Amino acid sequence: MGFLDFFNKNKTSGSVAKDRLKLVLVSDRAGCSPEVMEQMKNDIIAVISKYIEIDMTGLDIQIKQTPSDSNNGSVPAIFANIPIKEMRGKY
Amino acid sequence: MGEVIVVTSGKGGVGKTTTTANVGTGLAKLDKKVVLIDTDIGLRNLDVVMGLENRIVYNLVDVIEGTCKINQAFIKVKGYNNFYLLPSAQTRDKTAITPEQMKKLTDQLKEEFDYVIIDCPAGIEQGFHNAIAGADRALVVTTPEVSAVRDADRIIGLLEANEIKNIHIIVNRLRMDMVKRGDMMSSEDVIEILAIPLIGVVPDDENIVISTNQGAPLVGNNTMAGKAYMNICKRVDGEEVPFLDLAAKGGFFGRLFKKN
Repeated sequence: MGFLDFFNKNKTSGSVAKDRLKLVLVSDRAGCSPEVMEQMKNDIIAVISKYIEIDMTGLDIQIKQTPSDSNNGSVPAIFANIPIKEMRGKY
Repeated sequence: MGEVIVVTSGKGGVGKTTTTANVGTGLAKLDKKVVLIDTDIGLRNLDVVMGLENRIVYNLVDVIEGTCKINQAFIKVKGYNNFYLLPSAQTRDKTAITPEQMKKLTDQLKEEFDYVIIDCPAGIEQGFHNAIAGADRALVVTTPEVSAVRDADRIIGLLEANEIKNIHIIVNRLRMDMVKRGDMMSSEDVIEILAIPLIGVVPDDENIVISTNQGAPLVGNNTMAGKAYMNICKRVDGEEVPFLDLAAKGGFFGRLFKKN
């Protein structure tokens, strides 16, 4: 992206396209609807929240294609970036 | 032993046939023995893009059904020693052949040719399964649009499920002016989303329309698309070629923000 974007705070249609694609491919690859994905995401958060306090604003859970270890193809994998605010309980 | 390459995309109209014609012609220009197979039964088009429509006698279905010998159905492309088209049938449909029959045919052809290049129909039904049956590798053509990239992702999943692991992406019809102002996804964006290596970027070039009008693929000539396609052919053949600067014509600012 060029320097003109610096003056234009609105999202360009190209980056809107990219974001929409990423979202739709998550449900395409997982073979389930966005609602099911949302439920799974909420369940993951609920389990982790029992032990750790999570920063909900920085949370990112996606299904991505990643190169597989065994051959030169790619496999879907869940990528979760879950920032921790604080550990619950001290050891 | 040659290689069977399927050119596919999922979505229609992204440039599979144009890509097949140009990659095939380019490899023939590199002195390779090449045969192109149009597997889009009922919607034959590779013959017109190649400018060979007036010379068809027999077709793919005739070969499969044993109505004629393979050599009788081949249309020799003038100006090359070892470059042929095996046209599709226009009055039949996709169920006229099976994936097993296609695999047998391509296995036989790759003994004789360096490259067997298959033009796949749009969609993911039987025509697609026929086209990929004997393929060793795939070139997935997409344009930088949400619909085309989404379909490409689906196709990549199906190729991998069918044990075709050697897959490359061709980003077609890229408009650098739109990418620069943020109104089109870049080839980097597309590759990041699909997580499959890029083998070439073809700019949106009106010379493609002109060359298709004339029935003469433009690969190797002095247009941006002609150069881009020739680079793809060299990369297919294993040569390392740097990516073209598609912004080169954009003057000072074009050079300032150059990408791929």
